[in-house]
Order: sequence, then structure tokens, then C-alpha cells
Amino acid sequence: MIQGIDYLATLPPILCAVAAVVVLLADAFDLPRRWLGALTCGFLVAALVAVIALAAGERRRTFCVPSGLRGGGPRSCSYVTDDFTLLFQGLVLVAAVIVVLLSLRTIDTEDLPAGEYHFLLLSALVGALALVAARDLVTLVVALETLSLPVFALVGLRRQDGVATEAALKLFLVSVVSTAVMLFGISLLYGVTGAMHLDRLSAGLHGLPADLKPVASAGAILVLAGFAFKVAAVPFHFWAPDVYQGAPLPVAAFLSVVSKAAGFAGLAIVVGLGMPSLGHVWGPVLAVLAAATMTLGNLMALRQGTAIRLLAWSSVAQSGYMLAPLAVGERRLPEAVAATVAYVALYAVMNLGAFAVVAAVQRSGETPVTLDRFRGLARRDPLSGTALAFFLICLAGLPPGVMGLFAKVVVFRATVAGDVTWLAVVMAVNTVIGLYYYLAWAVRVFGPSEGEATRPGLAVRAAIAATAAGALVLSVAPQLVLSAVAAATA
Amino acid sequence: MIFLLMMAIPACAALALLVPGARLLPDDASLGRFGILVSGATLLVGLSAATAFDYSHASRAQLAVNRSWEPSLGLRFHLGVDGISLPLVVLTALLTFLCFLYTHRHPPAGGRLRLFTALLLVLEIGMLGTFVALDLILFFVFFEVVLIPMFAVILLWGGPGRRAAATKFILYTLLGSGLLLAGMLLIAVNAGTLDMTELARRHGAGVSHGVQVAGFLLMMLGFGVKAPMWPLHTWLPDAHTEAPTAGSVLLAGVLLKMGTYGLVRIALPSAPDGARSCALALGLLAVIGIVYGALACLAQTDLKRMIAYSSVGHMGFVLLGIATLTPVGVNAALFGNIAHGLITGLLFFLAGSIKERYGTGDLERIGGGMLGTAPRLASFLTFASVASLGLPGLAGFWGEMLALLGAYRPDAGLSRPAFVTFMAIGGLGAVLTAAYFLRLLSRITHGRPRDATAVIAAPSAYEYAAWVPLVALTLLVGLWPKTLLAVTSGPVRALFGGLG
Repeated sequence: MIQGIDYLATLPPILCAVAAVVVLLADAFDLPRRWLGALTCGFLVAALVAVIALAAGERRRTFCVPSGLRGGGPRSCSYVTDDFTLLFQGLVLVAAVIVVLLSLRTIDTEDLPAGEYHFLLLSALVGALALVAARDLVTLVVALETLSLPVFALVGLRRQDGVATEAALKLFLVSVVSTAVMLFGISLLYGVTGAMHLDRLSAGLHGLPADLKPVASAGAILVLAGFAFKVAAVPFHFWAPDVYQGAPLPVAAFLSVVSKAAGFAGLAIVVGLGMPSLGHVWGPVLAVLAAATMTLGNLMALRQGTAIRLLAWSSVAQSGYMLAPLAVGERRLPEAVAATVAYVALYAVMNLGAFAVVAAVQRSGETPVTLDRFRGLARRDPLSGTALAFFLICLAGLPPGVMGLFAKVVVFRATVAGDVTWLAVVMAVNTVIGLYYYLAWAVRVFGPSEGEATRPGLAVRAAIAATAAGALVLSVAPQLVLSAVAAATA
Repeated sequence: MIFLLMMAIPACAALALLVPGARLLPDDASLGRFGILVSGATLLVGLSAATAFDYSHASRAQLAVNRSWEPSLGLRFHLGVDGISLPLVVLTALLTFLCFLYTHRHPPAGGRLRLFTALLLVLEIGMLGTFVALDLILFFVFFEVVLIPMFAVILLWGGPGRRAAATKFILYTLLGSGLLLAGMLLIAVNAGTLDMTELARRHGAGVSHGVQVAGFLLMMLGFGVKAPMWPLHTWLPDAHTEAPTAGSVLLAGVLLKMGTYGLVRIALPSAPDGARSCALALGLLAVIGIVYGALACLAQTDLKRMIAYSSVGHMGFVLLGIATLTPVGVNAALFGNIAHGLITGLLFFLAGSIKERYGTGDLERIGGGMLGTAPRLASFLTFASVASLGLPGLAGFWGEMLALLGAYRPDAGLSRPAFVTFMAIGGLGAVLTAAYFLRLLSRITHGRPRDATAVIAAPSAYEYAAWVPLVALTLLVGLWPKTLLAVTSGPVRALFGGLG
């Protein structure tokens, strides 16, 4: 029996895959570095156009179980482009364009192999795009690995640097362990339900005999481990600071935004579509993970003296906030998923912005950038300085960073609505800890000037301007994201 | 729409200040005039709102704007005032205007007047918005808007300990905000609406007792940080002492009121069951605050610090009034809010002027005999102190007296012996308040001057302009309390529709 494939539905990841090969070949034929970046950007924009076209047209699904084999079950498609998928694909692609813009200068100053760099980035992106569209466990795992494997190489791309190599190894080991754990969980779930497709899994778990429930619960928790690694949740977080520091800065930005967004999409898909009926099991687990993640991340961020390590720990803490709504379990799950997605989308803008400014301040050969290097940035370089302060205030969730405030509000709301008030209180305390280090950094920016201005170059400036414009627009009209998310997760 | 205009004026003005200095308002004098003009226009709009207000229906939200903002959350852009918020709106606009008047002639040390003006204007938007918002999330957004400008005002123009004071201020208040957000959403999600008028109309119907208690407790802590409620007050003395004069005036005059206003506007009506369960604790903390504030004042040697601690005591009376859960008590609280805003605003203006002339706020170094060396300044200080200690016939008296009266006959569901005890202790606190203010006066206005030959400059026209309206209003409200009580009592009765 032949399975029909709707190539149009899979166009965004296919475009990225083609781009990866094209870039690699172009590099082999000695195309100048600048052109490689432009070529990558071009393909990404094309993929984005494809996403927009798909959003305008009807919703597609492909790799479905042929009707002869369904046996009365649901349609069970492995790849679905619904609103949720398209929202995340758009988010991931836009973020990727910013990352490529940030990369142009880093590739020059750190003398990275441009062809390989873009190839690996695009390959990881294929994984991310497929992950958010995947609706069965095998596709999810394969997509997750497609996202992870190129990143190991990207992190270790600064071959002469021992820190980078150590970081790559660390990332690899944690990743392999978490994947193994996740596969074991999947095998348990498959064992008790006989299903890999999420819709069948959900149905199977619903009518599970009582004696198989503990096995299913164990499987569910083990599956979470794989995603906990991707989003750098405690206890799978400790790769984050070292990897962010060791990796080239744009790769760190990629990890903290693109890779994390894909991870959260995957988590939402698995718990929301695959095992909602086990909510009483994974809900409390996620609640504890969220509380531990935000608290540890914030406390560690307090003690950091370099920008990149601070962003690393703060992004761990932010993962905690994103996990929090999912702690509600089955009760009010769609609302919770909407809150997580809204937070991820808003976080992507502000965090990418902060990374862009750090990239602008970083001098060639200087790693890591200490926080003191930002002293007086607002006077040396008013655009970058003000933008950074704005991003940090957004991350802290205070006006004038209204987008950050709304991100916090939706997360609080979903958490409280799901009767996990204690987690909301933990979150309230954590926002205060977070404010301290964000604010201390933002105040430095406005201090007396030290040192001289760096020249970030046009691409980095464009990235800062784009993210700042996004943050401003979303601060004036946060409902843009909230409405889109509500429509996509309804 | 009038409130949209009222907030649009400072907003547009603050945006206009983004234009580089060389193009617009190049010098400090023109900036000062600009600030006066903008805040004056805002005040005029506020006053016209007060005249357009229909006082015979003071319990209804009037002059409202109600637009859908984010349907998926049920969020609405809902503004309006009733008798509870209208006096606070006018007070805010007035105090901001007076601050600009004062700043024009007496700019804060540290220069950068352009930024200072812009920050005060943003602060004004936040304060006004808090009092006119009728949607919980909108309220919260405005509640948070004030944090960064006030933080920057303390950090950039404050005294020697400004860094620590500013950090402490913002961390404490944000902790309160977080708890407040959790509490408000807990009630809102269970009641199924974010609209404050709707929540007030339902009197907590459909929200279980446990949720109400949890929600009220969280909101009480959240608003309690802002109010401030003992033992969450520790940010206040530092912030008030280090802030420049305009900052102190707005902190004491308006920002503290946001806490007590929130309790009356949101916490009481939306979770009445929770309020009843927590009222005893609130009353106890309020009374401790009264006595603690008074005792702390007796121990202070710095003028601004003493006034700051006196705020803890005065706000204790306001909180005690709220804790009684009676119309009398809540009216007392709202009255006390306004009275404290007028009197303590005046006190901080005077403290700023004294500090400017003597170069110090230390009571010992200021020495005595101010009535001899600077008779007008000393007269104003005497008036403000006497008003603050609650002399009958001045504004400070009614809030405290009515709060104690409310405690004598608390809501039927509350323990009367406990509240009568609170009343007795609160009365003792009022005596202590008199003691420290009289001690203050005896130390600096009376006695012999340290240096009889020193020439102390007479108050400038701008200082008079800032002080006289506050003196006049203190007298007006004190001699004729009905001006205020008539506005608030209607909506307060409506508030208790479900409690009685």
C-alpha cells in the first residue's frame, strides 16, 4: 500500500534542507562568505513565504495512515500543518533569520568555516521545523535528533578553543542520555498502548486497564526527560551555561531561542495531544520542574559576571516560567498551552534582542563579554544601549516593557486557573529575583562611559533594529501575539 | 474619553521630550515652564472631570471608556471613576502640578532636568491610570508603570544612600506586585470576569470560600507592600528619605494610596468572605503599624526619615479603617488617604525647603529657633505638623477619628473585643503621634537658634504656590469634612451591598 505525500505541506523544511545542500556546495565552489549568508537568508525568507502561503490556504496533513490500515481508528497523520505548526514554523524561521544576521560578523571575526556553519544551522532548522509539525512519537524523536546533532558540531566549531570542545562534548553527553531515557519512555508507552501516533496514543491511554497505568505513567515521565533537556529545565540544565559560553554567540542565541521554542512546541504537542489523560501524573512533575528551574536559574543568574552566562542562566529561569502553565495537567489544558506558546513567542523577541546587543558589544577574539563592558553603552551607542535596557526590562516584565508584563500575566493566569496557586506564588518571588539582575545590568548601561565604541556592522545593527521594533510594537499592542496564539491553540 | 485625554497629555509631552534638547526646550527654565504647563493642563482636565461628574450617582462608574482589547483573555480597555476614585484622581493631578511648580525654581540636585520632567510625566500617567482603570489587568499594568520612573528618580537624583534605597524600593514593590497579580487572577479566573465593576457587583458570588481567602490574602500582601503595612514597610523610610523632594511628595502623596485604594476597590468587593477571614490579621498589623510608626518617629534624628515613619503610622489608621469592614471605617480610610496625601505632601515640600536652606535634614544640626530665623517657613511647618498629628478642625483628624470609631463597632462577623482593643491601642498611637510632632516642633521651631546671625532665605513665590493650595485644602477638608464624605459614602455603601 502506498502512502501519499503532500509535498506542499512539507515545503518549509524541504526548502531548508535544499538550502543546506546548496550552501555546502556553494562553499565548495569558493563562493564568498558574504554570499553564503545572503543565500541562507534568501532561502529562509522563501521558507517563511511558504509558511505564510500555507497559513492562507487550507490546513494540510500528510504521512497519514492509509485508510485500509486504519481499522476504525483516527486518521493518524504524522505531519500536520495546523495553525499551531504554522505559528511555530513562522516563529522559528524569523528567529533563524536574526541568528543568521548575527552570524555574519562572528564568522568573519572568529574565522569559522562559513559553508559548514550555514549548513549545520540549516540542518538543525530542518529538525526544528519538522519537530513542530510532528504528530507521532517516532517523527518527534527523529526531528528532535535532527535538531540536536548539527548543534553539537556548531558548538564545537571553534576547534582551536578548548572551552568550545568541552562544551560540545558536554552537550553531546547530556543529549544522548536524555534521548536514551526518552526512547525508553516511548517504548513503555508503545508497549501499553501499541500506538505511536499521538491521537491513537491518547485514545489508548484513555481506556487503559488499571494494572498498566503505572507503566504508562513511568513512560510519560521518561518521555518528558527528552524535552526537559531541550528546554534546559532542571535537572537537565547544567549544559546550558558552559555551552552558551563555549559556543559562538549566534549559536548560543539559536540554542536559547530556536531550539528552545521547538522543544516547547514538542512538549506541548506530546502532553496536549498524546497524553492529556495522564495529566495527573505529568502535571505535578512539570510543576516541580518549573519551580526548581526558575528558582535555580534566577539564583545562579544573580552571581554571574559575564553577559553570556547571565543570559544562559536567565534563559534557564525563563524556561521555568514557560513550563509553569503546563503544570495544570488536563484541567484547562488548551488555555495552558496557549499561555506557554504566547510566552515562548514573546520571549523569542526579547531574548534575541538581548543576544543581538551582546553580539554588537563583543570585540573580536574577546570571550566572554563581562557585564562591566556594558557600562555607559547608552552614551557610546544610544541605539544599542537603549535597546538593551528595553529588552532587559521586557525580560523582567515591567512597563515600559509591556510585552514582558503581558507574557507574565498570561502565564500567571493559566497557572492560577489550573489551581496551581503555589506555583504562581513561587513565580512571584522569582520575578523579584529576576528583576534584580536584569535591572542591575540595565542600570550599568546608563552609567558613565568606559572604553570606546565597537563597530557592530550593518547586519548586527539590522538585527537589533528588527528585534527592537518588534519589542516596541508588541509592547504597544501585545494582543497581536495573544490573539494569534489563542486562535492557533483553540 | 476625558480620562484618555487626561493621560494622553502627559504621554504626548513625555514623548515630545524625546526630541533632542537643541531643537525643543533647550534650557532648564523653559523645561520647567513646559512641565508646569503640561501638568497644569492635566489638572484642568481633571477638574473638569470633577465638574462633569454626577454626584447624585457617585456609586456608579462614570465618564467611562469601555472597549474590547484582547477578547481571548476577556481583557477590556475600561476606564472610569466613581466617588471612591475621583478624589484620588484630582489629588494626583494636583500634587504632580505642585511638584512641577516647586521643581521649576528648586530643581533637584543632579541636573538632567529633561529626563526628570519626562519621568515625572510618565509617573503621572501610571498614577492616574491606576485610579481610573476598571479592568484588573489594565489596573495592574498602570500599577506597574510607576515602578521604573520612581526607581530612576530615586536612583539619579536621590541622596547619598540612593542606590540601595532605589533597589530596595523596586524589589519590595515588585514582590508585592507578583503576589497581587496571583491574587487578582485567582479571584478573576474563578469569577470568570476581569471587570472590576462586575466583580464588585457580584460581591464574590460564585467564588468558593477557600479561593476567596487565598485571593484576599495574596492581594492583602501585595497591596500591603505598597501601602505600606507593617512589617512590609521597610522599603519606605529609605526610599522617602533618599528621594528628591518631588519624588518624596509623590511617593507619600500618591503611591502609598495605590495600595489602600486597591484594597478598597478590588480586594474588599471581589472577595468579601476572604476579607472577613483576614480582617482580624489586617487590623492587628495595622495597629502594630500605628504604634511602631509612632515609636520609630520618636527615635529619628532626620527630618525626612521622621516624616517617612509617620506615614507608616498614618497608613496604619487607613488600614485599620479598612479592616473594620464597615462603611464608617472604609469612609475613614478614604478620607485618611486624601488627608495624608495633602498633609504629608506638604510636610515633604517643607522638609525639602528646610534641607535646601540648612544643607541638612539632621534635627540636631538644624538646631532650634526657626520661628525666629525663618518665621514663615516655621509657621508652615507648625501648621503641617499640627495637621498631621490630628488636631480637630484639620484634615488629619477626621480620618483617624472615624477609623477608631469604625473599630469600636466593627462588622458583625468580626470579633468586637479584638477591635475595641485595636481601637484603644490605636488611640494610644494617636497620642504618641502628637508626642513626636510636638517634640519635632520643640526642637526646631522653638528654642534658640544654633547660629543667630545666619540668614535663612524667605520662601520663594514658587514655594508658596506649592504650599498654599495644600494648606487651603487641609483647612477646607478639615473644617467641612462633608465635601469629601459626601462623595465617598455613596459608593462605599454600594461596596458593602453584599457584606452587611
